[in-house]
Amino acid sequence: MTNGILGYASYLPGWRVDPRGAGRLTRVIAAFDEDAVTMSVAAVQAALERCGAVPAAGDRLVFVTSSPPYLDKTSASIVHAALSLDRGVAADDAIGTARSAMAAISSALHGRPTVVAAADVRTGRPGSADERGGADAGAALVIGPSTPQTPVIAEHLGGVSLTEEFLDRWRSPDTAYGSTWEERFGRSRYEPLIAEAVAATLDAAGLPDADYAVLTCPNAAVTKAAGAIVKRAVSTVGAPTGFAGAVDPILSLAHALDRAEPGQTILVISAADGVDTMLLRTTDALPTRRQREPIAAAAAASGRSVPYPTYLSWRGLLDVEPPRRPEPDRPAGPPAAREAGWKFGLSGSRCTACGFVHLPPMRACRQCGTIDQMEPAPVAARRGRVATFTVDRLAYSPSPPVVDVVVDFEGGGRSTFEVADARPDLLEVGAPVDLVFRKLFTAGGVHNYFWKARQVADLAGEERS
Amino acid sequence: MSSRGIADQVAIVAMGCTRFGERWDRSAEDLLLDAVQEALTRADVPLADIDAFWLGTLGSGQSGLMLSRALSSDYKPVTRVENFCATGSEAFRNACYAVASGAYDRVMAVGVEKLKDSGFSGLLRADPPGAGTAPELSVTAPAAFSLLDPAYCAKYGVDPAEMREAMTHVAWKNHRNGMLNPKAQFRSEVSKEKIADSPKVAGRLGVFDCSGVSDGAACAMIVRAEDAYKYTDRPVFVKALALAAAPGRAGMDPAYDFTTFPEVVRSAQDAYAQAGITDPRTEVSLAEVHDCFTPTELVLMEDLGFSERGQAWKESLAGEFDADGRLPVNVDGGLKSFGHPVGASGLRMLYEAWLQMRGEAGDRQLDDPRIALTHNLGGRPGSAVSFVAIVGTDRAPTG
Repeated sequence: MTNGILGYASYLPGWRVDPRGAGRLTRVIAAFDEDAVTMSVAAVQAALERCGAVPAAGDRLVFVTSSPPYLDKTSASIVHAALSLDRGVAADDAIGTARSAMAAISSALHGRPTVVAAADVRTGRPGSADERGGADAGAALVIGPSTPQTPVIAEHLGGVSLTEEFLDRWRSPDTAYGSTWEERFGRSRYEPLIAEAVAATLDAAGLPDADYAVLTCPNAAVTKAAGAIVKRAVSTVGAPTGFAGAVDPILSLAHALDRAEPGQTILVISAADGVDTMLLRTTDALPTRRQREPIAAAAAASGRSVPYPTYLSWRGLLDVEPPRRPEPDRPAGPPAAREAGWKFGLSGSRCTACGFVHLPPMRACRQCGTIDQMEPAPVAARRGRVATFTVDRLAYSPSPPVVDVVVDFEGGGRSTFEVADARPDLLEVGAPVDLVFRKLFTAGGVHNYFWKARQVADLAGEERS
Repeated sequence: MSSRGIADQVAIVAMGCTRFGERWDRSAEDLLLDAVQEALTRADVPLADIDAFWLGTLGSGQSGLMLSRALSSDYKPVTRVENFCATGSEAFRNACYAVASGAYDRVMAVGVEKLKDSGFSGLLRADPPGAGTAPELSVTAPAAFSLLDPAYCAKYGVDPAEMREAMTHVAWKNHRNGMLNPKAQFRSEVSKEKIADSPKVAGRLGVFDCSGVSDGAACAMIVRAEDAYKYTDRPVFVKALALAAAPGRAGMDPAYDFTTFPEVVRSAQDAYAQAGITDPRTEVSLAEVHDCFTPTELVLMEDLGFSERGQAWKESLAGEFDADGRLPVNVDGGLKSFGHPVGASGLRMLYEAWLQMRGEAGDRQLDDPRIALTHNLGGRPGSAVSFVAIVGTDRAPTG
C-alpha cells in the first residue's frame, strides 16, 4: 500500500512588479527578506495546520528548490528548526529543478511519511521571458498513510518516468539567472515524451483519461501548447502564477486540489529533462481540508507594487547606495546554536513560579527572581498587539527603512521585532500583528534568519474557519 | 535601593574640558591630554601628584594604557571603565569612591570619545559574537528613543502636534543655550520651524531631535573634602552618586508603557536620599540631563521628579526648564548642541555644574546656584543604566 496526499498549501508573496512598465502588476515576487527557506516555512506551516498532521520521529522533511540559500550546508534543517519539528524527523535538501520535486514526491509516496517543502525565487535576466513569466512561491505537500484521524485527500494511482538528455535550459551554480535554447527545439523533444508518458500512465491505471491534467515545464512553448499536447476536458497549464521553478509541480497540483471534487482524477505531468507523471484520485476528505485561500485567488490579488529598480536591488542586480552605517556582523555559530529555540523556533521561557513570560528565554525570572524554574513558551503561532512603534531611517537594511514594533503577545510576553511587508501608515498602538519567518540580512555569506512581525490590518476579518 | 553614600567626603577641585565637535585635528589621546592639562593647570598640580586615574571610554581605546601612554604617566594605576553613555559618570563615581575609601588623596576621572573618525552616522558598537537576534542589532538609538513619543501621547492623551511642539522646544532651548558656550559643538540658534521640519531619522524624530555625534574629552580632579581648600577657594562637594542598572525587565514586560525609565527613578531616589534632598523641584539650582533625543529630556523631567507625570511636555513648552525658567536644564547646550562624545559626556555635565557654581560660566552664568544635578543615561528605553550625581557649593558641618 502506498501513501497518499494528507495535506497541501501554497504560499505566494504579497509583492508584485511590472517588469515591462506596461501597467500590469502581474509578476509575483518575493520580498527582499524572503527566500526559498522562508517561503517553504510559510507553506509547510499552513499545510500542517490545515491537515492536522504532526511529523513524528522517523518521518522526513525534504526541502526542494533550484535557488538554495546555501550549498554544503543543509537548508532543510533551518526549515525543520523554524517549524520546531521533532529532532527524530530527518531533514534533507533536494536541490535542482522541477524534476527534484517529482522525485521527492515519488519517494514519499513509496516510503516513509514525508513533508515536501518546496520554494523558489525565480530570477530572470532583466528584460527576459523568465523575469516576466516566472513567479516566486512556496508550496508544501504532506504525504503519508491514511489514518482515521488524518485520511488522505488524494490517493496515488501510479506514474511513470522517462529520461532524456538535451540542452533546453541551463544555469551555472554561481549565476542568478539561466539561459535557454530556442523554445521550439525543446518542444520538439518534450512533446512526444509527454504523449508517451501520459498514455503509459493512464493505460496502467485502466483509465481513458483524467479529470484534471496538469502540465508543468520550464519551456514556455510546451506549456503554451499544453491544450494540444494533452487533450482533456479540464486542463490547466501549470500554476496560475507563471513558472515557479522547482516548486511548480506542487503549485500546479495545489491549483487542481483547490478545485477538484471528491472522486476525481488529477494527472500531474512534469516535463523537465524527461517526463515524470503522477496520477491521483481525490477522496471525500478533500472538501474540508482544502487550503484556506485558493492559489488562483492569491495570484489574482493585486498585491503591493514594487518599483522595478527596487525589485532589481532586492535581487542584487542593482547596487544602490547603502545608509551611512556599518553593515551588521554575521551571526556566530555557537550562540546561534545555543539560542536555536528562540532564533528559529521563537520559543521563550515561562517562569513556573510566577507565570512571567520571557522573550527571549531567560534563566533568572524578571518578575520574581526565581532561577532555572522555566518551561518553554512558544509564541510563533500567537497573535500580538503593538505596544509602540517606529520607522528607523538610520538602521542598516537591505531595503530601508526598517520598521520596528514592540509586540505584546496574547497569553503574555513582549519583544521587539522588525516588521515584514510593513505599511507604516497603518501602524498604531494596539494594532494586531502575527509572526513570520524571514531573513534580517545576509553578512559574511550567512543568512540571518529570524522572525518578524506582520501587520494584520483587521484581526476580526482574519478569523476564518 | 539603598546606598550609604559619601556625601561631603570628597570634592572636585579642578576640571578640564575640550571643545566638542568634529575634531579631525585631534586623536582621542590628544583630546584626553588637552582636558587633563587644563585641569592640572587650574589646580596648579603636577601630573606626578595624581595618585590614580579612572578612564571612561566606550570604544575609543582599550585598557588603562590608553591614558598612561597619552599622558606618559609614571606607572600610576589606571582603571578603564565602560557603561554605555553613562561611561564618563561611571569613571567619576569610581574615582570618588576610591578617595572616600582613603586609598588615595588625589585622583582624576577622565572621559574621552572619538566618534567622528568612523565616517558613519550615529553611535557604533562593537558587539560580542551573537545569534543575530538582539533587537539592538537593527534598532538604532534614535529609533529606540523615538518609541517614547507615540507611547507618551497615547498614555496621557497628548495631541501628537502638541508633543511635536514640546520636542521642538527642547531642541530649540538647548541649541539656544549652546549658542553661548564656546566649547559647544553647535553654536547657532535654530528656528523652531527648521527643527520641526528637519529630515526624519526615526519615527517623528528629525535630525534636530538627535544629539550630535562628536569628539571630545573632559576630566575632574578629586580630593578628600578636608583637603579641598588647599587647591581652590571654591571647591565643589560631592553630595550623591547613584547608579542603577536595569535588569532588562521592561523590554519584555507588557506592564512597561515606554513613558518612563524605571532605572532613572531608582537612581534619582537613591541620590536624593544620599544628598538629603526632599523636594528636587525647589532644592536643585540647575540640572544637566541626558537629552540624547528630545523626548528623552521630557520623560526625564518626570523621572527626576522635576515635573508631575504627564506634565513635563506642558511645562517644557511653557519655558520652565529654559535658562531663565524655574529650573534651568542643560544650560551648557546639553548633548543636543554640546555634542555627545559618549565617554566624556558625564564629565562634561559636571564641568558645567562646576563652572556655574564657581561663577565662571560667562554669558550663561546663572544667579548663585548652590546645588546641581547631573544625569547620565546609557542603553535604551526598557533596558538602561542611569547615573545621577548631586554636587554642591557648601560642605555640611561634620560631626
